[in-house]
Amino acid sequence: MVAGKSKISVQDLRVTYGHKAALKGISFDIYENDVFAIIGPAQSGKSTLLSVLNRTLEFTADARYRGIVKVDGDDIRHLHNVYALRRKIGMVAPLPVGLPLTIYDNVAFAPRMAGIRTRDELDHRVEQCLRQAALWDEVKDRLNTLGTRLSGGQQQRLTIARALSHQPEILCLDEFSIAIDPVTTMRIEEVLKDLSQHMTIILVTNLVQQARRLANRTMFLFNGEIVELDHSDVIFSDHPAQHKTYEYVNGIFG
Amino acid sequence: MRLRELVNSKELLKEWMIEKLIWICGISAIFFVFGIFFFVFREGADYLLRGFKVTEFFTSIEWYPTSRTQVRYGALALITGTFSVTLLAMFIAVPFGLGAAVFISEFCPPRLRESLKVIIELLAAIPSVVWGFIGLTIMNSLILNLFSAPIGLNVLNGGIILALMSVPIIVSIGEDALKAVPDSYREASLALGCTRWQMIFRVLVPAARNGLLAAVLLGVGRAVGETMAVLMATGHSIRIPGGVLEPVRTLTATIAAELGEAPVHSDHYQVLFIIGILLFSITFVVNLTADLVVRGIRRK
Repeated sequence: MVAGKSKISVQDLRVTYGHKAALKGISFDIYENDVFAIIGPAQSGKSTLLSVLNRTLEFTADARYRGIVKVDGDDIRHLHNVYALRRKIGMVAPLPVGLPLTIYDNVAFAPRMAGIRTRDELDHRVEQCLRQAALWDEVKDRLNTLGTRLSGGQQQRLTIARALSHQPEILCLDEFSIAIDPVTTMRIEEVLKDLSQHMTIILVTNLVQQARRLANRTMFLFNGEIVELDHSDVIFSDHPAQHKTYEYVNGIFG
Repeated sequence: MRLRELVNSKELLKEWMIEKLIWICGISAIFFVFGIFFFVFREGADYLLRGFKVTEFFTSIEWYPTSRTQVRYGALALITGTFSVTLLAMFIAVPFGLGAAVFISEFCPPRLRESLKVIIELLAAIPSVVWGFIGLTIMNSLILNLFSAPIGLNVLNGGIILALMSVPIIVSIGEDALKAVPDSYREASLALGCTRWQMIFRVLVPAARNGLLAAVLLGVGRAVGETMAVLMATGHSIRIPGGVLEPVRTLTATIAAELGEAPVHSDHYQVLFIIGILLFSITFVVNLTADLVVRGIRRK
């Protein structure tokens, strides 16, 4: 599935933290219902890019961005309802952030904030999201215990369930497997494959193999610039367009 | 060479001394609390065991400690005095204090925040006798004019003064509690598409609830124990108040006003110490409740 409708369109995006440039003018499109991977070493601007998308960058006092970012054709800079944008995007952080609530309330949080009040609907939504995040069987008997009581891997799946809870159209995962064991990681990867049928997924990862397994297209970011953006087949082949890509993917890169 | 020989014996001695010194610092708190309780109790114990009428003390409003015909020690009016003033003070101070804490921690621009904090700390540094003076002069005439009350020194006056005195404590501790909530909670909840108010009430306040509760209870503690300001601002009249515009007298003010006049070890003197024990018990119960509530929350 290639070159569908553009879901996210980024044109000449530049982000600075004070005098330090984090993204130096990048342009690309992400297509609807695509799995799009962003790889690159630390400090290359991957997480910054995600925080531009749901406009959480503005909580960092000295951060500024220029350029045009469109989600579904709307320039996100001129939105008058930023909450609707954030509900459209599910965000999973590298380290799990369990809100100090019960497991149930963690997942029901966003639906409640969006105005869903009926118990049946919430129950249904919570179960569905926990199943999608491969966590339901482990927690179904203790939904009323604190989310922070779970193990690290379970907490991360809880944040995935929570990110799905407001039925986003775009799911961003920022190195989600950093705190999870390999078996669970594989289970979540299966889940992501299912979700990509009706959701755009942006996967920021340090594991190049994960990008190779999941993504249709992969972008290699380095120092705030795009080195290469192409189909994953090309990026992870023996002959990507840039020699640097080959070096990074194969771990030769210093 | 073995590890033990590597370590200088002087260093070991120093380590041992520091350890013991810190141990003493920690243990001394227990020592002082029990010491104070013991001495207060000892001063009142004799009468407490001999002729103290418990029912009269708690149910009668007749406080005539120096009567020639019949001495009566009914503290009900004093107890209601303390509770009415404290209740009114908390009614004003808790919403204001917590509101200010939320404003300073979440909405305030950084430069204003610093000056606000300094000013609020200044408010906490005003001596209680100065507060009492404000109650006696400014508040007094304000209440006389605004409410056309017969007397300006009353529950309302004392309550407002106490509220002003507890607000700085509630604000600074409440603000610390909110600031201690990790920023990741804020970002995570906002990323889920909730508004700032939803974030504050659904995430920050529950997360900081132990600290906020501690802030409120320290405010209550300050209000219950405050003496000089209420002595000057509440009118010092022994009665159960029928409304906020009536004068009252508190437990603390009674001790302060009468202890100097009561002959040492007389019945009157000992009853004043029994009031001290009562105050001690009230604060103890408040703290214990707070502790249990906090534990209950944590266990969940």
